[in-house]
Amino acid sequence: MKGTNLGEFEELVLLTIASLASEAYSVAICDELEKYTGRTAKLGVVHAVLNRLEEKGLAKSRLGEASSTRGGKRKRFYEVSHTGKVALTRSKEVRENIWRNIPGFNLEGSI
Amino acid sequence: MKANGQPPRWATRFLQWYCRPRLLEDLEGDLFEYFERNVKHKGLRRARIIYAIDVIKFLRPYTIRKIEFFNLFVHWIMIGSYLKTSRRSLVRNKLFSLINIIGLAVSMSVGLLVIAVITDLNAYDDFHQGRDRIYRVITTFRNADQPPMELASTSVKAGKKILETVAGPQKVTIFRQGFSGDARVGNATFPLEAIWADNSFLKVFTFPMLKGDIATALEEPYSLVLSEKTARKMFGEADPIGKPVMFDTTSYMVRGVVKDLPKLSHIRFEMLISFATIEAQQEEKTNFYNWDNVWSNYVYVLMPEHSELAPVESALAKISKQESAALKDKAVSISLKPMLGSVLGGKLSNNVGPAISPLVTWVLSGLAFVIILSACFNYTNLSVARSLRRSREVGIRKIIGARKSHVLGQFMAESVIIAMLALVFSFGLFLFLKKEFLALDPHISDLLSLDLSFKTILYFIALACLVGLAAGFLPALFFSRINALLVMKDASNLKLFRRVGMRKALIVIQYTLSLFFIAATLVGYSQYKGLLRFDLGFETENIVNIRLQGNKPEVLAKEFAEIPAVKEISRSLMITSLGSYHGSTLKYGLDSNNVWINLVDEHYLPLHNHKLLAGTNFKLKPEKGKESEAIVNEQVLKRFNIAKRNPEKALGKVITVDGQPLTIVGVIKDFHYGTLESKIEPVMFRYSANEPSGFLNVKIASNDLPGTLETLETAWRKVDKVHPMKAKFYDDQIEEAYSQFSVMVKVIGFVAFLAICIASLGLFGMVVFTTETKLKEISIRKVLGASEGGLVYLLCEGFLILLIISALIAIPATYFFFDKIVLENFPYHQPIDMLELLAGVLVVMFLAFLMIGSQTVKAARNNPAKVLKSE
Repeated sequence: MKGTNLGEFEELVLLTIASLASEAYSVAICDELEKYTGRTAKLGVVHAVLNRLEEKGLAKSRLGEASSTRGGKRKRFYEVSHTGKVALTRSKEVRENIWRNIPGFNLEGSI
Repeated sequence: MKANGQPPRWATRFLQWYCRPRLLEDLEGDLFEYFERNVKHKGLRRARIIYAIDVIKFLRPYTIRKIEFFNLFVHWIMIGSYLKTSRRSLVRNKLFSLINIIGLAVSMSVGLLVIAVITDLNAYDDFHQGRDRIYRVITTFRNADQPPMELASTSVKAGKKILETVAGPQKVTIFRQGFSGDARVGNATFPLEAIWADNSFLKVFTFPMLKGDIATALEEPYSLVLSEKTARKMFGEADPIGKPVMFDTTSYMVRGVVKDLPKLSHIRFEMLISFATIEAQQEEKTNFYNWDNVWSNYVYVLMPEHSELAPVESALAKISKQESAALKDKAVSISLKPMLGSVLGGKLSNNVGPAISPLVTWVLSGLAFVIILSACFNYTNLSVARSLRRSREVGIRKIIGARKSHVLGQFMAESVIIAMLALVFSFGLFLFLKKEFLALDPHISDLLSLDLSFKTILYFIALACLVGLAAGFLPALFFSRINALLVMKDASNLKLFRRVGMRKALIVIQYTLSLFFIAATLVGYSQYKGLLRFDLGFETENIVNIRLQGNKPEVLAKEFAEIPAVKEISRSLMITSLGSYHGSTLKYGLDSNNVWINLVDEHYLPLHNHKLLAGTNFKLKPEKGKESEAIVNEQVLKRFNIAKRNPEKALGKVITVDGQPLTIVGVIKDFHYGTLESKIEPVMFRYSANEPSGFLNVKIASNDLPGTLETLETAWRKVDKVHPMKAKFYDDQIEEAYSQFSVMVKVIGFVAFLAICIASLGLFGMVVFTTETKLKEISIRKVLGASEGGLVYLLCEGFLILLIISALIAIPATYFFFDKIVLENFPYHQPIDMLELLAGVLVVMFLAFLMIGSQTVKAARNNPAKVLKSE
């Protein structure tokens, strides 16, 4: 199983969940993602990824309280699980390791 | 916000249906949130569309719910419980069960009849071994200036050509219809009809031989093959093989006996004569073998198994092209058509055996469908209306753990059980209906046997299941949606009257259909009577038409003239106004056109009281072929513009018919030569006193008509001992000519009767239910001082409005249906009588009022104290 390996989009979603803290439910995650990345995040895609993250055990979810908004339907709030946190830190470490080894001049000027 | 609109309900339902329960709630919420956003930014319409698209987009493997086999298993376990509760509720609500079962049974019996008819029609010719490999050779006949004609018959030459030059077919057979004669065996004479068939006939078709050699039976000229029945008639129990049979002066020999034909065979015969016979009888120069002699010969081919049809088709096309090249002004081409389905195959001229327009089966199925639908409406209506009584049961089932699908299954099963019960009753009704239907018209009993087979029984059961499912679907859906908690808390919470709109609509549809049918029956019946009573332009009363059957007219006429009741006798080639035609080309100057002809003697016109506008009756009594007089109708003058259409001046003008110049000696008033379905066309009378295939028209002056017929019969016996007399009253013949309409009126009338019965049952059920549920309300009103009349009005009002709405739809619909569609085909129809339309409606309304009235009056007269004390 590819289990602990994070896809790029999966990582973004997981990070967003973490950044939203206790308000991380699908619509809010979409909005945040749009804000961060500048590209539109479709609910369909995000929903599928959330579902997959949960299956992999990287995120946990629980249903919130019912309210009169959303047609009376409850929200499903996500939070990053322990394995999720480990995976995020790992991938960050991997990246930083690589960044550290890039010679300074190589990326300068290309931006 | 909510007032601004909701997402499309169906999309939400769809989502709820497919989505995994674990994912459903928040996904629904998410979509709703997006929907609300979209409403704000993009408007309601776009938002709804986007919502629907999103719902469909979410249909992915991970969102779809798994099929729960356990659920199905539960159904199986619960069947016993379902049966028990169903039985209890059936027994508890006797009235409603009865209404449902009777309605379904009556309507399904019509459905069974239609199924039997359609299976019969489709079972035609199924007994042939190579049934799906037998093809008919059909002919397309094109005359220069006429639309092409499709014929089931073809030429002898086509058969011979296929036999000789086309490689594909395994067997080819040629046969010819139209033999009739008197067979003499010893001293006995038997009138027989037969077909000429070649030696392959019995190999292509499966008519099993009982006696004789199949390989050679029809090879030699003057050979006969008899059906079992004919053989027994002619020879009794003796062995007929090798026995001689005389026709006129020719001797034939019996060489085979085949088993009696199954009823559902499109080819029917009493006897086969070898095709070699007719070939041997041809004189040197006849058109028997001409390519365009396509009128009474039939060619069938048997293809080998797993063979291609295309090469044969193209070979036929090639032959057609070659042969037609030699013809002037016309083209005759042949092609193949499967033998199966020839009964429902649509219109081909010269068809062998019966042909039914596919439209008829559609109309029959349509009628059955409407009736069954009506009964299903009853079931739906009553079940939903009475849901209150069973909602607790459903509530408890749900609380114990039944899923929606379980409740759905339970109620569907219940309705199927009821439909099965109804099937038992409807089967009895069907047996009765079948007898009546076959007796309706001789054509029908000739065409159909309606025997039961394993297949039809299976269809019957399938129909019952289908009806059960259709009738039970809506109630089952309704019950499965019941919210258990609400019901258990307070049953009256159930939104019982939420579906009142639907129920009202169903009642209106039922009544509209019933009213339409009853009005159609009445109008149709009066139109049919109108056709019979129509003034044809001549008299038909008390005239007996006697087929000469080859006898000498003067001999018979002399015998008949001695009977005192016989007033006058005339002779004619054919009987007009019955739908048969005899035509030729009339030439006047340079103009020529088709004209219909009847050959009559000098007594014909006075006897039938035809009105002469100018000139006189026939005076001369010329020999055959030397006639010189003609009497024409007004249309001839109009069509050919003879003497500026002035009857007086047209006398003495000469017209040419069949190369014979004839002088117009009389002009008669237009009359109906054809049936009333066609317009009056140019018609002429020619003189001929001797037509052995014609008729004697005998006018009788007697009060004892059957007695007179008997004396005529005795006189006939003196002249002709072989043939039974074929005599019919003119008026009866006219009735027969329109018998199809009488059958139609009877069928529609019957359907109308059923439709009204079923609709009335349904209405009755609804009224009983409404008054029952409103009993308390009525009592309170009464205690507070309402009058009985006022209460009856209160209860009736709703139903009355429904009835009036359906009348308002049905009456104009019927009127336009007849005025614009049906009666367009009858140029001489009578105007539709509004009174007839209204009469039917009034009768139905009256019945309905009676029903509503009786129930509501009963309810209004109730002692309020009795009703109210129970609470």
